[in-house]
Amino acid sequence: MISLSYFLVFAAALFCIGLYGVLARKNAIAILMGIELMLNAVVINLIAFWRFRSPEMITGQAFGVIVFAVAAAEVAVGLALFIAIFRRRNTIAADEIDLLKW
Amino acid sequence: MSDPVNSIAEWLRTILASWGLSEGLITVILAVLGVVILATFVLVVDILLVWIERKMVARFQDRFGPNRVGPYGIIQPIADVIKLLIKEDIMPMGADKFIFNLAPIIALATVLLLWAVVPLAPTVIGADINVAVLYVVAIGSIGTLGIIMAGWASNNKYALLGAFRTVATMIAYEVPMIIALLIPVLLARSMGMQTIVNAQSPWYIFIVPLAAVILFVSSIAELGRTPFDISEAESEIVAGFHIEYTGMKFGLFYAGELLHALTVSALIATIFLGGWRGPYVDQLPLLGPVYLFIKAFLVYYLIMWVRYSFPRVRIDQMLGFNWKFLTPLALFLLIVVAILDKAMADVNTVWYVLVMLGANLLIVWGTMMILRRYARIERVRIAEERPVARAPESDNNELVGQE
Amino acid sequence: MTVMQVVFLVTAVVSLGGAVMVVTTRNLIHAALWLILTLFGVAVMYGLLSAPFFTVIQVVIYIGAIAILMIFAIMLTRRVKQEPGSSVNKGWWLAGLMALVLFTALVWMLSTWPGFQTTLPELPQDFDSIKVLGAALVSTEGYVIPFEIASVLLLAALIGSVAVAWERKS
Repeated sequence: MISLSYFLVFAAALFCIGLYGVLARKNAIAILMGIELMLNAVVINLIAFWRFRSPEMITGQAFGVIVFAVAAAEVAVGLALFIAIFRRRNTIAADEIDLLKW
Repeated sequence: MSDPVNSIAEWLRTILASWGLSEGLITVILAVLGVVILATFVLVVDILLVWIERKMVARFQDRFGPNRVGPYGIIQPIADVIKLLIKEDIMPMGADKFIFNLAPIIALATVLLLWAVVPLAPTVIGADINVAVLYVVAIGSIGTLGIIMAGWASNNKYALLGAFRTVATMIAYEVPMIIALLIPVLLARSMGMQTIVNAQSPWYIFIVPLAAVILFVSSIAELGRTPFDISEAESEIVAGFHIEYTGMKFGLFYAGELLHALTVSALIATIFLGGWRGPYVDQLPLLGPVYLFIKAFLVYYLIMWVRYSFPRVRIDQMLGFNWKFLTPLALFLLIVVAILDKAMADVNTVWYVLVMLGANLLIVWGTMMILRRYARIERVRIAEERPVARAPESDNNELVGQE
Repeated sequence: MTVMQVVFLVTAVVSLGGAVMVVTTRNLIHAALWLILTLFGVAVMYGLLSAPFFTVIQVVIYIGAIAILMIFAIMLTRRVKQEPGSSVNKGWWLAGLMALVLFTALVWMLSTWPGFQTTLPELPQDFDSIKVLGAALVSTEGYVIPFEIASVLLLAALIGSVAVAWERKS
C-alpha cells in the first residue's frame, strides 16, 4: 500500500538534489536546471497532499497549475537574461559574472 | 459479433486466471499483448504507406511510379526495406553515440504512442484517458525533442541548423493546433476521444469547418511536410537534421514521418469526421476500424495532394503565417464558437448546425476580405520603382584618345 | 508488493538517478537530456497520484517547452572551446553537506507528523478531476483571481524576455 510518506520522501530527495545543483554548479543554465528540479518537487508535494489528505477540495491542483505557470515564465525570462549576458560578457559561468558594470 | 476484441480479452483472462496468475499480472500481460498487436498492425500499414506515397506522387507528376516489382509495384516497399537494412551504418566522427542512436527510435516511438488514444470501434480504444487531446499535443512535443537530438548529435552544422529551424516552427505551430483542438473539445464537453466521437451527431466538420482547416494546416506544419518542409529541404540545407543518418536509422525517420502523417490523419478523422461512426456500426462493431481507415486515408490523400501541389515556403514566411494569421484566426474562432455555443444552449440541432456553419463561413469571408485588402496594398508596394544597380558612368574618352 | 508499489519504486529510482546525473554531468546537453528523463519520471508520479491532467501538462510544458528552450539556450551560449576547469564551485562539498542535512531534517521532521502514513483515500466513483479543476479555475468562488494574475504574469514574461534578448541593430 502506498502511503503519503513515499511521495513526501521522494519530493524531499528531489528538492535536495536540486538544491545541490543550485549551490554547487558554475554554469548559469545548470543552476536553472536545479531550480526546475526544486519546483517539480514542490508540485509533487502539492499534488500528493491533495490526493491523500483532501481529495474533495481541488485547491491542491489549482495551486499546482499556478506554480507550473510561474515556473514556465521564470525559465523564459531567465534564459533570455542568460543569452543577453552571454552576448556582452561571452561567459555565463556564475562566478565570472560578479561585477555590476565594467 | 457484439464486440469481438473485448470478448477475446475476457476469454484470455479466464484462461490465464485458470493457470493461477494474479490479477495484476493478467492485466499487465493483456495490456502488453494489446500493445504488440496494435503496434504491429500500424507498422505493417506503414509499409503500405511507402507504396501509396510513391504511386501517388508519380500520378500527380504524370508518370507511373514503381510498377516493376510485383503487380503494380506493391512489393517495392519490401525492396526498399531490404535496401535500407543492408546499407552501411555510418556514425560521423565526433557524434554523440548514445543520442545519435536514440534519436530515430524516439522519432518512431512517439508516433506509435499516438495510436494509443485513437478509438477504433465503439468499445475498442488503447487507453481511454480523459485527457486524450492534451496527450496528443504532449506526444507531439516529444517528437520535436527527437528531432533536436538528431540534429545536435550529428556534429554537423547543417544538421544543427535544420534542427533549430524545425523545432522553432514545430513549437510555433503547436499554438494554433492546440486552439483548433480545443474547439471540438468545447463542443463535446470533454477531452476524451471516445466522448468526442460519441458526441458527433452531425460530424464536427459540418459545424466548425474552419477549425478543421486550421488543424489541417497546423498539422502539416507539425509533420514537417511540404509546403512547410523547411526542415528537410533537399535543395536548401541538404536534408536537414537527418543528413548523417544512413541505413535503417534513416529508414526509421522516413517511416516515422509517413506514419506520423497517417496518425495525424486518423486523429483529424476521429475529431472532425466522426471516427468510427457510420451506418450499421452498432450492429457490426468490426465496421468501426474500416470506416476510420477510410476517413483517415481520405485526409491522408488531402495531405499528399497539398504536398505535391505547393512550393516550399521560407522560414520567415512560415513563422509570419503562423503568428500573424493562424493564431489570431484560431483565437477569434474559439471565442466566437464559445459565445455561440453558450447562446444556443437549448436550440434544436438543425438550427444549431446552421448557425455555427454560417458563423464559420462568415469568418472565412471576412478573413478573405481582409487578406485581399492587404494583398492589394502589398502589390502596390512591390510594384513601386526600386533603385536599380547600374555601373558608374565611365569616362571612355581618354581610352579612345590613346589609340 | 503491489503493482503500484513496483511502479512507484521504478519511477522513483529513475527520476532520482536522472536528477543526480543532471547535477553532476559536465556536458550540459547531457544534463538537459537527463533532466528530460527526470521530468518524465515526475510525470509518471502525477499519473500515480490520479492527476492525469498534470501528467500531460508536465510533458507539454516542461519537456516540450522548457527543456527544449534550455537546449536552445545551451547551444546558443557555448563558448568555442570547452569550459576549462571543473563544473562545480569551490565549495561543492559544503553544498552537498547542506543538501544531505536538509534531506535528513525534512524526513525526520515529517516522520514525527501523525499524518505521515496516511493511506490512499478512495476517490468518488466518477470523479472527473479536470471538470472540477476547470470549474474551480474560472469560478468566482474558486481561483479565478490567481488564474488571471498568472496569465498577466505570463504576458509580462513574454514581453520581458523578448525585450531583454532583443538584439539592438546598431
